[in-house]
Amino acid sequence: MKEKNTQYELNKGLAQMLKGGVIMDVTTPEQAKIAEAAGACAVMALERIPADIRAAGGVSRMSDPKMIRGIQEAVSIPVMAKCRIGHFVEAQILEAIQIDYIDESEVLTPADDIYHIDKSKFKVPFVCGARDLGEALRRISEGASMIRTKGEPGTGDVVQAVSHIRKMNSEIRRIISLSEDELFEAAKTLQVPYDLLLFVHKEGKLPVVNFAAGGVATPADAALMMQLGAEGVFVGSGIFKSGNPKKRAEAIVQAVTNYQDASLIAKLSEDLGEAMVGINPNEIKLIMEERGQ
Amino acid sequence: MKIGILALQGAFLEHRNALESLGVNCQEIRQKSDLSGISALVLPGGESTVQGKLLHSLDLFSDLQKEIKEGLPVLATCAGLILLAQEIEGSSSPHLATLPVCVKRNAYGRQLGSFECTSTVGDIQDFPHTFIRAPYITRVSEGVEILSKVEDHIVGVSYQKQIGLAFHPEMTKDLRIHKMFLDLI
Repeated sequence: MKEKNTQYELNKGLAQMLKGGVIMDVTTPEQAKIAEAAGACAVMALERIPADIRAAGGVSRMSDPKMIRGIQEAVSIPVMAKCRIGHFVEAQILEAIQIDYIDESEVLTPADDIYHIDKSKFKVPFVCGARDLGEALRRISEGASMIRTKGEPGTGDVVQAVSHIRKMNSEIRRIISLSEDELFEAAKTLQVPYDLLLFVHKEGKLPVVNFAAGGVATPADAALMMQLGAEGVFVGSGIFKSGNPKKRAEAIVQAVTNYQDASLIAKLSEDLGEAMVGINPNEIKLIMEERGQ
Repeated sequence: MKIGILALQGAFLEHRNALESLGVNCQEIRQKSDLSGISALVLPGGESTVQGKLLHSLDLFSDLQKEIKEGLPVLATCAGLILLAQEIEGSSSPHLATLPVCVKRNAYGRQLGSFECTSTVGDIQDFPHTFIRAPYITRVSEGVEILSKVEDHIVGVSYQKQIGLAFHPEMTKDLRIHKMFLDLI
């Protein structure tokens, strides 16, 4: 049957198929259908979107599997779901219901303050958040087959996502510029495996697909992340917390495809109704991006 | 010669890399103005619902359909095959509908059903087949040549100048299918 290695390649391959697309947070089958019709390349099924998780406070956990199954039945595109950082049993449950991708996510309350899930033990693919090259390569060495910037979820403020992708890119450029014997020291400083760093040095990119996430709220935000080098975009609270979710979702999808065409994005940005109100990360107490490093 | 690669969403870069390594010029197609001057077309993998929708919202649909009907050579993989198929099981709205076959989407189930194997494609022996949430072909009309079968399901066909594959040659390092496509042009 399938070997572990093959499965990892297939899982990286699914992320490659999602490239140039928008993955949308949805909380109901109806929202999932709206997202699919608007052109989402996948949906993230969760009980509460990050903005509401913030508002509600308390402990935030994996969603009810029945609710996730409802969304799986409603759409034909891939369905992702979140488990808590380190909570490998939540991940086992998501694998058991045949989820297409697990997001081991800082948006939920971490279940383990030291260890992430050993994702190499699973057949199902994982995406993980990262703020810099070190975090990204550590997650990949644990078995993640896709990376996304963390941003600061549920804020509608793109500043952290921008800072994370810029940092990652500038670190990648630095690694390219090193000589091979300098990579050993760099691996030590970044706390990452040497072989992954060697890949970055040779290929000039992460070994897996890298999406932007956290605070994307407008077509312009999405195109900004693409121009900064993201291979696709997650939109969480930005769509279903806005005035006209369908129209905004369609506009963001088109802006991601034609991210370099400013006159098209200008047209797409017209009459979208109210964007999510948003909250400045400096005004909030709970900084999710610091979870799981 | 310039080959257009539909670059609305999905794994278009992988096709571009494969073709460029064979010395071919490529043009990414994201809107109508990108269509001019191409002598063949690649429809890549990705999500067919997304690509199908964007074909309409970016006003590419009728021009592309017309050109394919008039004989523009096409290599379509996975989602691309779904875009070409005249019939999609369980759906009353096919996309470009230029290839007289019926496809079943997500025919092998969700991601845990994705797999790899080797099989023959036309004259090409032992070609690696990568299936990712892949479709397969359930019926073909007369005139459609079957190129590849895996476990009794049709996963590769050609019809006039159109090649439709349920798997991803662009995910392997094997360039024989891209060469076969260049020979067709």
